Amino acid sequence: MSNAPLTRLIFDSLWKNNPALVQLLGLCPLLAVSTSTVNALSLASATLFVLLVSNASILLIRNVIPDTIRLPITIMLISAAVSVTELLMQAHRYQLYKTLGIFLPLITVNGVILIQADAVARKKAPLAALYHGLIIGVGFGAVLVLLGAIRELLGTGALFTDMHLLFGAGTETWRWQVLKVDYPLLVATLPPGAFLVTGCLIALKNQIDTNIERRSKLG
Amino acid sequence: MSFFKLSLFEIARKLRLSPVQRDVLLAALPGTIVMTGYFGPGTLVNILLGGLVALACGYAVAALRARDAIAASRDLSALITSTLLCIALPPYAPWWLILLGVLSSELLGKQVFGGQGYHPFNPAMVGYAILLISFPAQMSAWPSPRGLAEVPSFADTIRHLIAPGTIDAVTAATPLDLLRQNTGLLFEELLLQSPELTRWAGVGWFEVNLAFLLGGLFLLRRQIFSWHAPIAMLAAITLCALIGYDAGSSASGGSVIFHLFSGATMFAAFFIITDPFCCAKSKKGKIIFGSLIGFLVYLIRVSGDYPDAFAFAVLIVNFCTPFIDYCTKPKAVNT
Repeated sequence: MSNAPLTRLIFDSLWKNNPALVQLLGLCPLLAVSTSTVNALSLASATLFVLLVSNASILLIRNVIPDTIRLPITIMLISAAVSVTELLMQAHRYQLYKTLGIFLPLITVNGVILIQADAVARKKAPLAALYHGLIIGVGFGAVLVLLGAIRELLGTGALFTDMHLLFGAGTETWRWQVLKVDYPLLVATLPPGAFLVTGCLIALKNQIDTNIERRSKLG
Repeated sequence: MSFFKLSLFEIARKLRLSPVQRDVLLAALPGTIVMTGYFGPGTLVNILLGGLVALACGYAVAALRARDAIAASRDLSALITSTLLCIALPPYAPWWLILLGVLSSELLGKQVFGGQGYHPFNPAMVGYAILLISFPAQMSAWPSPRGLAEVPSFADTIRHLIAPGTIDAVTAATPLDLLRQNTGLLFEELLLQSPELTRWAGVGWFEVNLAFLLGGLFLLRRQIFSWHAPIAMLAAITLCALIGYDAGSSASGGSVIFHLFSGATMFAAFFIITDPFCCAKSKKGKIIFGSLIGFLVYLIRVSGDYPDAFAFAVLIVNFCTPFIDYCTKPKAVNT
């Protein structure tokens, strides 16, 4: 894996072993926060940030971590990174900080980050480990944002509502009323909708894989 | 009478309904007729539309899964599910509500799990729950029963289906709504104030439930299902209502008769919770299954956010069914 070309790695993390759709890691924030694009995008970037910061700090000190207490140290580094993110958000994006609520501190126990920190950052070459972390984080975030967009579209008929919460004043106009419906499918923004849409996404991915496989067999 | 019966059986044979499906549809007939009598032809139109959607949906899914679509369309179980769902939906619901309901019950409730016989949750109730949390306004718009308001004609109903809003069906609070929203009135005062309420249950509701009870007894006699689950459910509701009733104060939960004969009690007892694939397997399991549903229904009715609760109660207990089955597995007899 460590010597695999970059494109292969990208395909592997974004599609074949996608942390959200295939490994089903970090499902709790994935399901709870993906009610709108802006929430999903915020949590995705926060997760990516934590992933990179914790990876980098482990890379720096990995030679001096005693093997027996590596997990507590890893968790502490991750939670330090989470605290930084949380404080930054509290200072600059207070509204989002309130919306994301408990799911911001819960990034600490996101399985994707722990695996990255424990299995990849400790063993791989520094640059490769950072690449890997970045791509895995993007793979997780992509699904999160896609899920948020689908749920927002089904549940409200619009896309990119309240983007100013993340990108600052002036971006309110990004809101795009795709469908003009009197009665949107409210269930999509409620918890059951998260499971339903995620299930459909996983099914869609499997179907595409099956089709590709069938075609390659024929061809 | 015998001619009528014969011709119904004849129709069922022509439609290639299995005996069980035929009996279930037959048993739902009296309840549907009484509902049509009290609330107008809305329910009938719902059932017809829902049936068409269900058949088309079954055909499409069979084609998608590369099964023999003709053979799959012979399985009319989709028709049963859609009929049960449409009986539960409010009459004169907009067409898209029925479409969405039948599609979600067929696709999300049944087909994603592998089709008829593999569904862990009652498909009709999956569709109902999705509609209820998505469109609460449309789902609680029950028309006033005959006698209190004008009931739309059949032609009006069809016209309403094509262009929603062409009839102003007078919606009224159902008896369960009235009781739930009541904050300060004694039951006697509430009775005087609201014409929809009667001493038994509500205008129309009592008779509808009675008709479904009749249909259920017919199914019991035909041995379509055992008595355990429905009787346990009714017993649990009776017990809870007995405990919660204090002869009609404002905080009272309604009398036993009121709970047994209002809302969807009898319909759910004999047509919904008896689904052979989602019900617990053993006799003891069925009793636990039924009484859990009854208990939950009473709880949600009296202190929940929704007036009637069968969809949620049935779905919640369906989650527990594997566990109930595990705990009540009959011991293998060592011979």
